[in-house]
Amino acid sequence: MIFLSNLINGLSLGSVYAIIALGYTMVYGISKMLNFAHGDVIMVGAYISFCGTAYLNLPAWASVILAMIVCTALGILIEGLAYRPLRGTGSLAVLITAIGVSYFLQNAALLIWGSAPKVFTSVFDKLGNSISLFDGELTITWEALFTLIAAVIIMVGMTLFTGKTKVGKAMRAVSEDNGAAQLMGINVNSTISMTFAIGSALAAIAGVLLCSSYPALMPTTGAMPGIKAFTAAVFGGIGSIPGAMLGGILIGVIEIFGRAFISSELSDAIVFGVLIIVLLVKPSGLLGKKITEKV
Amino acid sequence: MKMQIKNGRLSPYTKNSIISYGLVIGAFVIVSILNSMGMVSSSLQGQLVPICCYIVMAVSLNLVVGISGELSLGHAGFMSAGAYTGIVVSGILETSGLPIYGRLAVAIICGAIVAGVLGFLIGIPVLRLRGDYLAIVTLAFGEIIKNIMNIVYAGKDSHGFHLKTNPDLGLEEGGRMLLNGPMGATQVQRISTFAAGFVLVLITLFVVQNIMNSKQGRAIMACRDNRIAAESIGLNVMKYKLMAFTVSAALAGMGGALFGLNYSTLLPVKFNFNTSVLILVFVVLGGLGNIWGSIIAATILTILPEALRQFADYRMLAYAIVLILVMIFTYSPKIKNFTQGFIDKNFKRKKPTAQTEGGGQV
Amino acid sequence: MKSSFAKKFLVVCLAMVMVFTFAACGGSSEGGESEGGDAAGAVLKIGSSGPLTGGASIYGTAVKQGAEIAVAEINEANPDLQIEFKMEDDEADGEKAVNAYNKLKDWGIQMMMGTVTTGSCIATSAVTFEDRVFELTPSASSADVTAGKDNVFQVCFTDPNQGVKAADYITENMAGSKVGVIYNNSDAYSTGIFNAFKAEMEAKGGEIVAAETYPDDTNADYSAQLNSCKSAGADVVLLPIYYTPASVIMKQAKDMNYAPVFFGVDGMDGILDMEGFDTALAEGVMLMTPFNPWSTDENVASFVEKYQAAYNEVPNQFAADGYDGIYALYEAFKATGLGTDAANADICDAMIGQFTGGFSYDGLTGAAMTWNDKGEVNKTPVVCVIQDGIYVDQ
Repeated sequence: MIFLSNLINGLSLGSVYAIIALGYTMVYGISKMLNFAHGDVIMVGAYISFCGTAYLNLPAWASVILAMIVCTALGILIEGLAYRPLRGTGSLAVLITAIGVSYFLQNAALLIWGSAPKVFTSVFDKLGNSISLFDGELTITWEALFTLIAAVIIMVGMTLFTGKTKVGKAMRAVSEDNGAAQLMGINVNSTISMTFAIGSALAAIAGVLLCSSYPALMPTTGAMPGIKAFTAAVFGGIGSIPGAMLGGILIGVIEIFGRAFISSELSDAIVFGVLIIVLLVKPSGLLGKKITEKV
Repeated sequence: MKMQIKNGRLSPYTKNSIISYGLVIGAFVIVSILNSMGMVSSSLQGQLVPICCYIVMAVSLNLVVGISGELSLGHAGFMSAGAYTGIVVSGILETSGLPIYGRLAVAIICGAIVAGVLGFLIGIPVLRLRGDYLAIVTLAFGEIIKNIMNIVYAGKDSHGFHLKTNPDLGLEEGGRMLLNGPMGATQVQRISTFAAGFVLVLITLFVVQNIMNSKQGRAIMACRDNRIAAESIGLNVMKYKLMAFTVSAALAGMGGALFGLNYSTLLPVKFNFNTSVLILVFVVLGGLGNIWGSIIAATILTILPEALRQFADYRMLAYAIVLILVMIFTYSPKIKNFTQGFIDKNFKRKKPTAQTEGGGQV
Repeated sequence: MKSSFAKKFLVVCLAMVMVFTFAACGGSSEGGESEGGDAAGAVLKIGSSGPLTGGASIYGTAVKQGAEIAVAEINEANPDLQIEFKMEDDEADGEKAVNAYNKLKDWGIQMMMGTVTTGSCIATSAVTFEDRVFELTPSASSADVTAGKDNVFQVCFTDPNQGVKAADYITENMAGSKVGVIYNNSDAYSTGIFNAFKAEMEAKGGEIVAAETYPDDTNADYSAQLNSCKSAGADVVLLPIYYTPASVIMKQAKDMNYAPVFFGVDGMDGILDMEGFDTALAEGVMLMTPFNPWSTDENVASFVEKYQAAYNEVPNQFAADGYDGIYALYEAFKATGLGTDAANADICDAMIGQFTGGFSYDGLTGAAMTWNDKGEVNKTPVVCVIQDGIYVDQ
């Protein structure tokens, strides 16, 4: 039972990582940059949703939509103001700018919402007690269940979106070859903005789900999940949507299992150790494409 | 990234390194004089050693990121290895009667050796990877080193040196804890000085500039600019990259030992991802492959948060905005074209001189 | 990067920033000196540093607010001895704390009421020891803070002391219980309490059935640790941690239908004031705290009222520690009979004489606090239980 219970927790944590990793992967795919501010967009999403329910008395679903709208706008704004001027200058310059944006978001949140942690009311609060199985030996929380379902829906949705719709195809084209896509009449700027918008909206959902399960909300809430999700995206092969999903879930499960069965002191070392081994065996991640280089 | 080697008396490289040493020595002399005249504020005085450490860290990371072209996100891990080695060695030698400078030197050398060996061992698997995959693995190693430091306990007593992964070292009366797991090192004797920091900066400059100007250095840069072409002419890419990585780790260990011995306490969390990123910011802001840029950027960005204290609550917000703006203004192609056009129009005469001066740097 | 122009431009930019920075440094230090000159004779300058930004900023902010209330009270009551209080941000980092202290030195600090967090305090106390500046820390609780330094004193309990007291209480009043512990193994405070607790439990014959840890930066999921405690049959779970992770642990325990008695230490104080926290989760939680904001004590009630009026929140233990720190410094300084123009080293020696020479102070966090020559405070912890959203003394 302990095994099953830990497995469920791992899957749920992993699903949150997966949703965040999706945002990382999509942005990386299209603009070849590591958006380190992504973790902080999650935090902003969670704060907006918190404010929606606590101050505006919105129902839970409405606060989630509000958070998605705000984060979408924020994502487009960040891309337009901080990243677009640096497009085409190599990924390192944009990486440092992203770190600057991350500092900015954290400190702005500190000034707006204060340093005291807020306790996030779970959006599934109304559903009551958790599901109890095997005479109470195994409990599954609504949060865990819905996080998992949300992750699956989002993954299927994103796969269909990038595969079937025009905008999605444009995204793939731009991430394949920016210049050629432009020649084919694709508006590269708006396509990249679109990607940031979608990634940020997903970040808002991830923020709400993360804080529903682990309710302490602080300006630094997004930092560590952000790094873990970045790890997950690379683990699964950065740029690949199913890869992000797989990577996220594996990282979550390894983290919880490592903590439960090996050593809670070294759980992070175990996660990163597995990552290193996998990358040494498969240098482009689990589902990553191997790109042949030409001279 | 063109190299321009001229047939003049002094190659631009030699000229450049002479200028670099001169400027560093000049800065040291000026600060020392001002300091002895009591004209340096306590705030700046307290930062002299950390500034030297960060310069060493930035220049050594530049060797990996700028010159060898591999993005490393775990540089703080090597700093931590050097710092803790330095602290332990200095702690053991405390009763040996060695003069303080000798002790500091031994501690720094040991820090460099341990970090260098670690860099070599980590480099072998890591450098097989490329680009962002390499970045994430260096990040992973940095986190693992930090995680392991959390469970290392060390102490010394009359029976000698003890090292364990739990706090029950069984030290006898009079024994002393050197490393205390998550509480890090406490009661460290602070023996770092600005002069030692200055010597380390000179050593780092000497090592890195010599590597850049050597046959190996040119091979490393050839690998960076075009790996496949470099391989096709028979360069052993892996060997050169490993060399750069190991040297960089050893230098970082040196800087770390100096840093560790500058404070009475050092927590393992100090060397987290944020510190690695901080050093990377120095390197990128100073310019990839530009040693002098790293030195200036490390100095300014270490002083900046202190100078911004008058903004009180808005201090870190101001820091973030300055960082973003500086990045955009220095790297944005549009702004670059605009200012370039402006300069062309108004100062056309000066342009050729500017190019010859800057030409040799990368 | 590719054009030489970029580099030139960069260097110019950097040089400009550098000039600005140095100018700012020089300017502010000059300002500090002249202020010191004007004010000498009437004003006592007390400095402090603590995290005002970053993950630990709540503690620094609370100390700052508590101290400001004390300063306002003193300045109103005693026009002959005015206190100027300045708190610098140190992000709970040793390096930044030393920087912050140096900045305060430029400002003309005479006594230090800090540093708030343990790691930073160990770093600054080594420097204040050399500079002979008297230091009273409101909340840095490790034994290393005071060890070997005669000028450093604490308002709060030491960590080992708390661990021992917790073990004593559990073995005496909750005999036969199986104890689980969840602590933060990358935090000096948490590990310090746990190590002392474990040793005392072994000495007193108590039973620890599970000891689980979590590293600092993954303050997200505790279900694995709770599962271990649950399956080991722990009916008391000691949480020697701060209240933010504790609130998550309580929620996750409820989700998995696990209801042990949670036993907190002083870091648990503040849990009831978290915005959005369901106080029902904390019902029955026991905690050792030196400060009870619902106490009927007159001084406490007056402090809580002023604090709420000024900052619109219930003060926690850190705010009370900050308030006590300022008052203890003020009372002891008055007792030394020195003027505010005395040299720092003289003030330091006189203050050490006071603190080790039977000086006693009645504060919000303990009556008749006295200090030993190791710098540790002597006061009695109170064990409270949370009932209907307030603390009830046991």
